[in-house]
Amino acid sequence: MNISLVTSQDTDLATRAASPLAVRGMTVSYGQTPAIFSVDMTVRAGAMTAIVGPNGAGKSTLLKAALGVIAPLAGSVTVFGEPMADMRDRIAYVPQRASVDWDFPVRVIDVVMMGMYRKLGLLGRIRGQHKALAQECLGRVGMADFAHRQIGQLSGGQQQRVFLARALAQEADIYVLDEPFAGVDAATEKAIIAVLQGLRDAGKTVLAVHHDLATVPDYFDDVLLLNTQVVAAGPVAEAFTEDNLQAAYGGRLTTARADPESVAG
Amino acid sequence: MLADALLLQLGYNATLVTIGAALLGIASGVAGTFLFLRKRALVSDAISHATLPGVGLAFVVMVAMGGEGRSLFGLLLGAGLSAAFGLLCVQWLTDRTRLGEDAAIGAVLSVFFGFGIVILTVIQTMNAGRQAGLEGFLLGSTAGMLRSDAILLAVSAALVLALVVILRRPLGLAAFDPGYAEATGWSLPRIDLAMMGIVLVVTVVGLKVVGLILIVALLIVPPVTARSWTERSDHVVIIAGVVGGVSGYVGAASSATAPALPTGPIVVLVGFAIFLFSLLFSPRRGVLASLLTHLRYQRRVHVRQGLLALAQGQPIYEVLTRRLLERAGLVLPDGVPTPAGQAAASKALLDETRWAIVRGDQAYALAATRYDGLTPIEDVLTPDQLTEVDGKIDAPQVVA
Repeated sequence: MNISLVTSQDTDLATRAASPLAVRGMTVSYGQTPAIFSVDMTVRAGAMTAIVGPNGAGKSTLLKAALGVIAPLAGSVTVFGEPMADMRDRIAYVPQRASVDWDFPVRVIDVVMMGMYRKLGLLGRIRGQHKALAQECLGRVGMADFAHRQIGQLSGGQQQRVFLARALAQEADIYVLDEPFAGVDAATEKAIIAVLQGLRDAGKTVLAVHHDLATVPDYFDDVLLLNTQVVAAGPVAEAFTEDNLQAAYGGRLTTARADPESVAG
Repeated sequence: MLADALLLQLGYNATLVTIGAALLGIASGVAGTFLFLRKRALVSDAISHATLPGVGLAFVVMVAMGGEGRSLFGLLLGAGLSAAFGLLCVQWLTDRTRLGEDAAIGAVLSVFFGFGIVILTVIQTMNAGRQAGLEGFLLGSTAGMLRSDAILLAVSAALVLALVVILRRPLGLAAFDPGYAEATGWSLPRIDLAMMGIVLVVTVVGLKVVGLILIVALLIVPPVTARSWTERSDHVVIIAGVVGGVSGYVGAASSATAPALPTGPIVVLVGFAIFLFSLLFSPRRGVLASLLTHLRYQRRVHVRQGLLALAQGQPIYEVLTRRLLERAGLVLPDGVPTPAGQAAASKALLDETRWAIVRGDQAYALAATRYDGLTPIEDVLTPDQLTEVDGKIDAPQVVA
């Protein structure tokens, strides 16, 4: 009995070391009720994983806690087996579009350049190679012609693509996206999913909060069903079942299917 | 007289004050920019009011230690310490209680200011040291400005500029997208601490020039003015520095032309004049420009709607529409379209028909996002695509 316990711990350690992003026992609370409770998540390398769950399930909270944007009550995060703090350069982040003031005085190309601030440091000069990379990232999301526009002049979908270009400019191994398809047009959704699939095919790891149940099987390889706690996790074929969805959404399942935006957030 | 003042011909003290105020204006404009962009401009009001008890207490301590209590450095040190304490209080109230930042600012500002006034009043009855001049910290007093004061301003301005140059990337990132800044490993509390530190330095050294009540204007007005002229944050910083510098220079020089004019308030009024001009007349964000853009857009909409009505043989009821069409030579005064009007009407209708097809077809989803009711479809699609779209029009519409 004792021995098997040790063995299972060992395999857990091994999977964590191999995982680009592993979360253990994560609990976050705003006030007295936990937004997420004791969440374990082991993201598979080279796969696209969706975090899915009803409104208020803690999807965005899980992402933010995993990235250290909000402080958890309990829990640890490892990136390829190392502590998160040492591995930040390996992770690119696309926040929710609504989290930003779009009247801010900044041009599209400057936003993309922000993805290189870690590499540039405080005083590193922006050189031709950096500008070329920024322009190339804009090209990959179909926004090359918009480099010198003020970001407020773009449509919602275009803004989302600029955020994705900024993440690409980080040249990371893991791409974490918070509701990348919320409130964007169909053309943008297609463009974004193509870029993400391209990243996966190049061996990168993608983790996204997603709200449209209908497209989960088409877009993603793995899924984590969340409702404060983890309801199910694994490859879409195994975890994305009717029973698990029922357990995660309860009575809201029909609504979630009919109007995905209603459970966004 | 004003020309003499602007050319620094009004004597030693006036020259010192003018240069000092210009340097302070540059530093405060630059420092205030990130505060404004981070939407925390009013924190500077709490900081400045929280300096007052420090000034009073520093005076008391210096007198108790046997001095006259007039050392500017000592007074400013006291001001800085109590302002930092006030800032900590705002931060603590915001982070640890359910109070919002606005309430925290209001509470700290009024309590510290009230406490400061009490201390100053007590000092006046103490009859110790040479307390005359402490009120100068309220509204600024430049009459007795010394060379060392001007040097202090110059050094502080240089320090502020250097810090902003070094920290421009994290400061800008934290203002635009704080969540992303944290996720990519910048410490938000440390960035904010640095920003507040910079603002604190400007506030404290600016006390003697414009006073604690008006320093907030020097921090906020220049960046708000600069924002009217540019869409780039790096340019906002530079323009805000220039606006602040010009306000300080012109304001201080003007106030030197007459003995009764107070420096600080005049500096603030000059800054406000530049702000007002920018608000009204800046080319893209100004009130006038917005109004003109709106009117131009309204006219285009009216003409377009009028043309579509003509094409479909419907009557036009709106007076503005009729007048615009008439003025453009598209209809006659009796409402009958001219040949040019007929051509334009059929063109508009064809455009709408093509757009309707483009918007209903997934294949053109990207082009469809550019529909605004006015853009001609030729601007969006290639000739080949247009031919393809035209092939989908069932019965080509012809206007009789």
